Amino acid sequence: MSFSFPLPEHALLLAALLFAMGLAGLLARRNIVFVLMSLEVMLNAAGLALVASGHKWAQADGQVLFIVLLAVAGCEAAVGLGLVMRIHRRSRTVDSDSLDSLKG
Amino acid sequence: MGEDMLVAFYGAGAVAVLATFLAVTRAQPVHALLYLGTSLLAIAVVFYTLGAPFVAALEVVVYAGAIVVLFVFVVMMLNLGTSTTAAERSLTPPRVWIGPAALSALVLSLLVFAILTSQTRASAVQIANRKSYFALRASKDESQIENQEVPPRDVGASLYGPYFVAVELSSVLLLAGMLSAWRIARRERTSGTQEVRK
Repeated sequence: MSFSFPLPEHALLLAALLFAMGLAGLLARRNIVFVLMSLEVMLNAAGLALVASGHKWAQADGQVLFIVLLAVAGCEAAVGLGLVMRIHRRSRTVDSDSLDSLKG
Repeated sequence: MGEDMLVAFYGAGAVAVLATFLAVTRAQPVHALLYLGTSLLAIAVVFYTLGAPFVAALEVVVYAGAIVVLFVFVVMMLNLGTSTTAAERSLTPPRVWIGPAALSALVLSLLVFAILTSQTRASAVQIANRKSYFALRASKDESQIENQEVPPRDVGASLYGPYFVAVELSSVLLLAGMLSAWRIARRERTSGTQEVRK
């Protein structure tokens, strides 16, 4: 066995597949909690693409960018879930289609 | 080392794809979160096989440890019980998935096309001063390929070297995120919550 590491293209293909599944969930779901979960899946797939590219060139930049992405994902989850709790407290629902109180 | 890394990569990749599919399609929120946690742990294994042990540990600690637990706490506080599961099932019948699945299949095919066509171009460009993966493969220098792991020391050195501004900016971002999450999710005492007309 000459190559112990997987091909970076295969890792990129895995990231693309995960990203597409997260996108499908983001578009199809109406429960806001599930929408945020799909968003996390998509961010994680982007991070996988970063680490795979960093591995391909044997540089640390991909991992550094993944750490920055981790901070972004943490903030996004915290603020998004805070908004979900706020919406649930106001209108007793987490269904994004029934949030139409701005409609005239 | 050797073939077991490849076995771990493809095995963990398959687990990640399956668990993510289940996480995205489940109706019960806690089940979906458990599948999401499984998927994140599998991706941590993928990171390890990609020669990034530091990022694999961060994935377990921050994603599976902190973010999923945050989701679990919110689901518990919202009390999304069995009644919402039935409602969720009725909200997402299979036909709802047709449009999103078609759109994301389009995105996926574009991404796959870009990945498969750009690899030849990237190996031809041979970015300056950087030995590419294909150059290493062509040179048949197995020791160099075996040692392609990027150790945490390098990551830390570039975090506090050329990427110092990014570290400072993410600390500002985390502070802003913390303050706004605290402010948004705070329970109003004085004005009270107005019930919105349903």
